[in-house]
Amino acid sequence: MALAFDEYGRPFIILKEQDQKTRLRGIEAQKANISAGKAVARILRTSLGPKGMDKILQSPDGDVTITNDGATILEQMDVDNQIAKLMVELSRSQDYEIGDGTTGVVVMAGALLEQAERLLERGIHPIRIAEGYELASRIAVEHLEHISQKFDFGTEDIEPLVQTCMTTLSSKIVNRCKRHLAEISVKAVLSVADLERKDVNLDMIKVEGKVGGKLEDTELIYGITVDKDMSHPQMPKQIEDAKIAILTCPFEPPKPKTKHKVDIDTVEKFQTLRLQEQKYFDDMVQKCKDVGATLVICQWGFDDEANHLLMHRNLPAVRWVGGVELELIAIATGGRIVPRFQELTPEKLGRAGLVRERSFGTTKDKMLYIEHCANSRAVTIFIRGGNKMMIEETKRSIHDALCVARNLIRNNSIVYGGGSTEISCSIAVEAASDKYPGVEQYAIRAFADALDSIPMALAENSGLQPIETLSAVKSQQIKENNPHYGIDCNDVGTNDMRQQDVFETLIGKQQQILLATQVVKMILKIDDVISPSHY
Amino acid sequence: MSSSISYWIKDAALFLFLPLIQGFIRAPELELLSTALYPMAIERILKDDANEEKGERARMASFVGAIAITDLVKTTLGPKGMDKILQSTGRGQEVTVTNDGATILKSLHIDNPAAKVLIDISKVQDDEVGDGTTSVVVLAGELLREAEKLVAAKIHPMTIISGYRMAAECACNALLQRVVDNKDNAVKFKMDLMKIAMTTLSSKILSQDKVYFAQLAVDAVMRLKGSTNLEAIQIIKKPGGSLSDSFLDEGFILDKKIGLGQPKRIENAKILVANTAMDTDKVKIYGARVRVDSMSKVAEIEEAEKEKMREKVQKIIAHGINCFVNRQLIYNFPEELFADAGILAIEHADFDGIERLALVTGGEIASTFDNPESVKLGHCKLIEEIMIGEDKLIHFSGVEIGQACTIVLRGASHHVLDEAERSLHDALCVLSQTVNDTRVVLGAGWPEMVMTKAVDELARQTPGKKSHAIEAFSRALIAIPTIIADNAGLDSADLVAQLRAEHHKKECNAGIDVITGSVGDMAELAISESFKVKQAVLLSATEAAEMILRVDEIITCAPRKREDRM
Repeated sequence: MALAFDEYGRPFIILKEQDQKTRLRGIEAQKANISAGKAVARILRTSLGPKGMDKILQSPDGDVTITNDGATILEQMDVDNQIAKLMVELSRSQDYEIGDGTTGVVVMAGALLEQAERLLERGIHPIRIAEGYELASRIAVEHLEHISQKFDFGTEDIEPLVQTCMTTLSSKIVNRCKRHLAEISVKAVLSVADLERKDVNLDMIKVEGKVGGKLEDTELIYGITVDKDMSHPQMPKQIEDAKIAILTCPFEPPKPKTKHKVDIDTVEKFQTLRLQEQKYFDDMVQKCKDVGATLVICQWGFDDEANHLLMHRNLPAVRWVGGVELELIAIATGGRIVPRFQELTPEKLGRAGLVRERSFGTTKDKMLYIEHCANSRAVTIFIRGGNKMMIEETKRSIHDALCVARNLIRNNSIVYGGGSTEISCSIAVEAASDKYPGVEQYAIRAFADALDSIPMALAENSGLQPIETLSAVKSQQIKENNPHYGIDCNDVGTNDMRQQDVFETLIGKQQQILLATQVVKMILKIDDVISPSHY
Repeated sequence: MSSSISYWIKDAALFLFLPLIQGFIRAPELELLSTALYPMAIERILKDDANEEKGERARMASFVGAIAITDLVKTTLGPKGMDKILQSTGRGQEVTVTNDGATILKSLHIDNPAAKVLIDISKVQDDEVGDGTTSVVVLAGELLREAEKLVAAKIHPMTIISGYRMAAECACNALLQRVVDNKDNAVKFKMDLMKIAMTTLSSKILSQDKVYFAQLAVDAVMRLKGSTNLEAIQIIKKPGGSLSDSFLDEGFILDKKIGLGQPKRIENAKILVANTAMDTDKVKIYGARVRVDSMSKVAEIEEAEKEKMREKVQKIIAHGINCFVNRQLIYNFPEELFADAGILAIEHADFDGIERLALVTGGEIASTFDNPESVKLGHCKLIEEIMIGEDKLIHFSGVEIGQACTIVLRGASHHVLDEAERSLHDALCVLSQTVNDTRVVLGAGWPEMVMTKAVDELARQTPGKKSHAIEAFSRALIAIPTIIADNAGLDSADLVAQLRAEHHKKECNAGIDVITGSVGDMAELAISESFKVKQAVLLSATEAAEMILRVDEIITCAPRKREDRM
């Protein structure tokens, strides 16, 4: 710990409790930061690509997660190091913005840091490196734009979309039935997409899972599923052309918000109160009946008496439905959420073609399906799978695929995957580097080398010779001036990604490069780390 | 205690074993570290107590964990499989004796993540098809054991996975070609069900009386007429007597006593099933309370309350019933009123009991009693009090809907009864699933041999490294008949070889006959299994093995700190 002294030789106290803190500064701090960033990237490196491996993560409570989704791994890893936390943030922001490529972005940042370290050792100032990276990233992003292709799809012709989603899914454990899942994801996105505004509200797609069955049984439901059953075991299990009253008030006596007491001091009052109570239940059910509802969905519980009255009046009801689900049901059925019985009107009822209860397996698991809704735009993807971890992983994979499909609807430019774009960018950046006179030239060249590390990791994970494969592909790209050559991970026999139908979205790739550069710049600019020491 | 001891021994072995392996693998790693260029120590990015295992070591940890679990349950497989004693850590240290895989695994506290995956698949198997909970774990474990060898031979896990996938698909298809489907022939189908039930039960405690219990289970399931709602089958356990004293009752038995002074026998009963408060009927309006200024007022209010209850009882009686069943308590006062009216009142029948009773008698569960004309009452021919052992139960016979029934299990002790219930539950689950999916295959190692044959064929046709994985898959399949034979104390190597030879003839029905210790014709011995169970075993075991194989790193977070409560 460096100390400052005044002219009389007394030490200044600059930091509070200075001697209890550890401090790293200068090149040492940068190296420490870089090595932390690299350590994170190294963990994710083996998860990249179709032959990438999974990680088991055991949470503090002993729950097990098995995944190869970069964002999930980092999130659950519970890192302690500040720089490592930055990397976690990095993959999270890629996840929020794009939804896919969360592993790639971290690997990319790791490679950039590794290159920066070498430059630092040669005595290049970190800011110059950062600037060089910035320039290079701009070149790469422009180049991406240049090699990207527009492709057309319509609501009828979903094949290109399915292909792209399949590329995303192929690196997950679900790649056994990626075709099936990709089709489901694309159909789901298309059914909620607003093609005119080019916008997709992913909230309208609900991803539900239930353990049991097999992955192939995963289905797309044009409607909503609710993990609830009818409130009374003897209510009808299937309702056609349902008119749904969506209530947020309980079938219970009123509870005014102000504090109050009802004092009973005579027998008469006791009697009237009793009658009042009965009338109250009767009224509630009557009101629902009057507006013509054939199904009641309620956020709260029912009193036993009310429950029986509902059953008695042949009005099926579902209780304890969560708020989010209630909103979804309201959107899907075109109904309004009604907070008071007095405000029920026929216009506020939602409509659905079919509501049915379905049971699973040997235990009494029941779910409610609300299908053929008035506003059919809300859909549910219902996942089945052998075990809990499988379902969770499938949920994450589907989420990635949905995001990819959404991105394509927003912007239908694609680039080719399998590392081909990185190689092509690397060539472009390398070529551009010579034009810059300053020290930045080195940084730009280093950036090109860092870009190579993604195809290298892909090749390595696929069991190929990384250096040999990469140099072969690179020379092939330059020789034939064709940016579509990539790493043949699945041993198909050709490394032309256009023939293999491996697509990725342009914005996903651009975002990856930009975000990774940004974080690396940030890390490079740090030259002093002050942290409370462990006690 | 034998099981827990053996488990600990294995665990100890595991601990002894791991450091050795780790030491071995670590050596080159350490070298790498020392040659690392950085002057400072490598930054720790995880929290202090967190643990990270990579590559070979991670794989080794999951293999060892999964195989330990497999070895733990594998002795329970097959008709001569042994039971385990499980002692709970909770108060009373209750003891469970079982050979049901799911039950055993559920009660283990395991820390190894791979082992958790296996426990999970066994749980799912239990929920989904009810039987084969041990087989699924054993198969997954064997697949991993084979994979371990392949990994040691430097075959990439991804290659193994793709080989396993091909093999699983091929095995499933092979089995599909040999299924028997007697959907259209009711008599034959019933025979099938009977065979399946007997096969399932033969590995359980009920194997002594398996014919009897199989008949029981088949009868019960046939009554459901295709629904998988096992709720309608009630199992009542009463200690005493022997297992063979158990019986299936066509009616419904409620484990309750009849109120004092009420009729003990009712013919042509009209039953009102209710869920209503019969203790004190509270005023439900929020914030209501009684505030009086003199004792006489209190008496008046009390009188009014009594009056209210009396009115309620009157209303209930006005339904023209002679039996009233309530989910909640019935206090002395209304009970007395019911007794006066000659009505049989049963209190505190639990929720399932109520639902089942409503289902059986065709009544509806009522909570308000204002319009008697429109409430559907339940009917049955006869209600009477019966004695089973020393307990009095209420028996409803001649019920309207014949779906529900009750199985009364008798046995020497609670442990026997619990295990008998689990066994019967397995059988009922399998049967009800079979009613839906009527495809049936032969049992006792036959399906495994059929699959092995097809998978071997596939391995021979597949070029490349995958064929090793496919071969390994077939070896894992063979492990199941091998274990069955081993558990029965037979010469497994000889038997499996014989079986294999038999299966190379066309259309053979050979399987292991554990009773005589030889290879026998399974069609003649009437040993069958449900195709659905076999398929589920195959698919989820492959899925789980795949999942564990794909892992190359285990990151264990720091365990949550617990407050020391001394």
